[in-house]
Amino acid sequence: MFLLRLLLKNAFRHKLRTGLTMVGLVVAICAFGLLRTIVDAWYAGVEGSSSTRLVTRSNISLTFALPFSYGQRLKAVEGVRQVSWANWFGGIYITERNFFPQFAVEPVSYLALYPEYRIPDEQKLAFYRDRQGAVVGRKLADKFGWKIGDQIPLRGTIYPGTWNFTLRGIWDGAEAKTDESQMLVHWAYVNEWVRQRYKGRSDQVGVYMLGIDEPNNAAVISERVDKLFANSLAETMTETEAAFQLSFVSMSEAILVAVRAVSLIIVVIIMAVMANTMSMTARERLAEYATLKALGFPPGFVVRLLFGESLLIALLGGLAGLLLTLPLAAAFAKAAGTLFPVFQVSGLTMALQVLAALVVGAVAAAWPAWRMSRIDIVQGLRHVA
Amino acid sequence: MTPLIRIQHLSKAYERGGQTIPVLLDIELDVGAGEFVALMGPSGSGKSTLLNLIAGIDKPSSGSIEIGGVDIAHLGEGALADWRAANVGFIFQFYNLLPVLSAFDNVELPLLLTDLSTRERHDRVAAVLNMVGLADRADHYPNELSGGQQQRVAIARALVTDPQLIVADEPTGDLDRATGEEVLTLLDQLVHELGKTIVMVTHDPKAASRAGRMVHLEKGVLVDTLER
Repeated sequence: MFLLRLLLKNAFRHKLRTGLTMVGLVVAICAFGLLRTIVDAWYAGVEGSSSTRLVTRSNISLTFALPFSYGQRLKAVEGVRQVSWANWFGGIYITERNFFPQFAVEPVSYLALYPEYRIPDEQKLAFYRDRQGAVVGRKLADKFGWKIGDQIPLRGTIYPGTWNFTLRGIWDGAEAKTDESQMLVHWAYVNEWVRQRYKGRSDQVGVYMLGIDEPNNAAVISERVDKLFANSLAETMTETEAAFQLSFVSMSEAILVAVRAVSLIIVVIIMAVMANTMSMTARERLAEYATLKALGFPPGFVVRLLFGESLLIALLGGLAGLLLTLPLAAAFAKAAGTLFPVFQVSGLTMALQVLAALVVGAVAAAWPAWRMSRIDIVQGLRHVA
Repeated sequence: MTPLIRIQHLSKAYERGGQTIPVLLDIELDVGAGEFVALMGPSGSGKSTLLNLIAGIDKPSSGSIEIGGVDIAHLGEGALADWRAANVGFIFQFYNLLPVLSAFDNVELPLLLTDLSTRERHDRVAAVLNMVGLADRADHYPNELSGGQQQRVAIARALVTDPQLIVADEPTGDLDRATGEEVLTLLDQLVHELGKTIVMVTHDPKAASRAGRMVHLEKGVLVDTLER
């Protein structure tokens, strides 16, 4: 108790210095948390993917389509429970700045494969019945203030022209990591439009989504699928949904590495700042530590004093930084809109923030604590004189 | 009677830039229990070094220092720290109080190294603060006390573990004459009323004259001893 009291009093002896150090810690820990959350947001698609879903696409590139006829053959593959498909629609809502992903899907099979998209039954039925209907995630609807029944005009890029979709449903994600920033429309409606205008380009599918019974069989089933279409005009590449999502993330791997590096550099910088603070503190109290040792306190007591003080400051700064991260992340998510489908500070990030603060505190105290534990009492006492 | 402090063939030298600088040379000194000894001498005579060796915060190059039958020259760091905590009270020229602790807490510090209960510790602290006349200043911080009051807190801290030996390094060096006199009177009381043994370093002949014996050092050699 006495030690704790002494730690607290020592920690706030130089209020300005401690305050500035804590401000530095708050900024660093907050920045560390936000940068980690940005990286997490990049991986949100991977995190939100299901282990019971596979994605089949053209072996050449994602930009090459697969025949619609593959759907029936895929259903016959052993281990495949469900099959659905989707095409990237690529429409623009008013302006390019309003970007959000749109997919033309087969509604019934698609929503059956994605139970995490929670849509009230009546909205789901309304979507099924209306070929010009669309469903969107809650985040997207909130961003543009859409309500059920609203008309959503899109300017087609892949499918040129003006498209008007009627909003029939809004889904809420089953979990925080569920994507709520997409829009789904009818594949059949889009396909019919293509058939009327571009003969020979209809009945094409961007990707097939396969539902499988057993995640452990994913590799075997993928192999079966790809073998089925081997040596055809449109060979396939089948992978887990997570691997499929990861292939997108890997395109920006260099940026993510840089963001991760910056988040660590920030921690290292504050570590150096705090080490300097603790060194200054220890130097100023040289005579006090010498006095304590003269009175018979062991070197370990001085070590505990310095480590305790450093950890206390680091923990307080770290916790304040953590608390500040939450509203800042919420504000950032709001400002970023649908840029990041999921932008939430994870439990792991919060734990790492606290850990980073404690490591900063411990490392900052290590050198001064070691030095002070070894000070010569006579030299230390002379320091005051 | 066996003296409390028995110093035999004590020498101390420092190594500086590859050179050996002798500070104390073959010191022989006995101090009896309940004695008040003043160590005097010009700057660089080795008096502070001798005090530090007696207090167990420095190690001799050779010779022995027996205090209460224990040769502290041959104790390890840990054992020496334990010995100091139990046997020595320190009074410094600049008081060396922890500025973040109240007078009460500063006096309580050495008791944290004992097995006493909180209640017992607090009783003892209250008693010694009362003894030095600062019972009403227990909650004050060092910067709220005058120099003389701070030195009295330091004396209370030196007394609280009830050590046989008290070492004082220029205890009046930072005080005006009147306050210095008060502190010396207090030290006198510790010797005559509580039977403490005090070894005090001082430059001030007037302060030294309050001691029962004055020991003069010059260039690391004990030149004479004057009994009062």
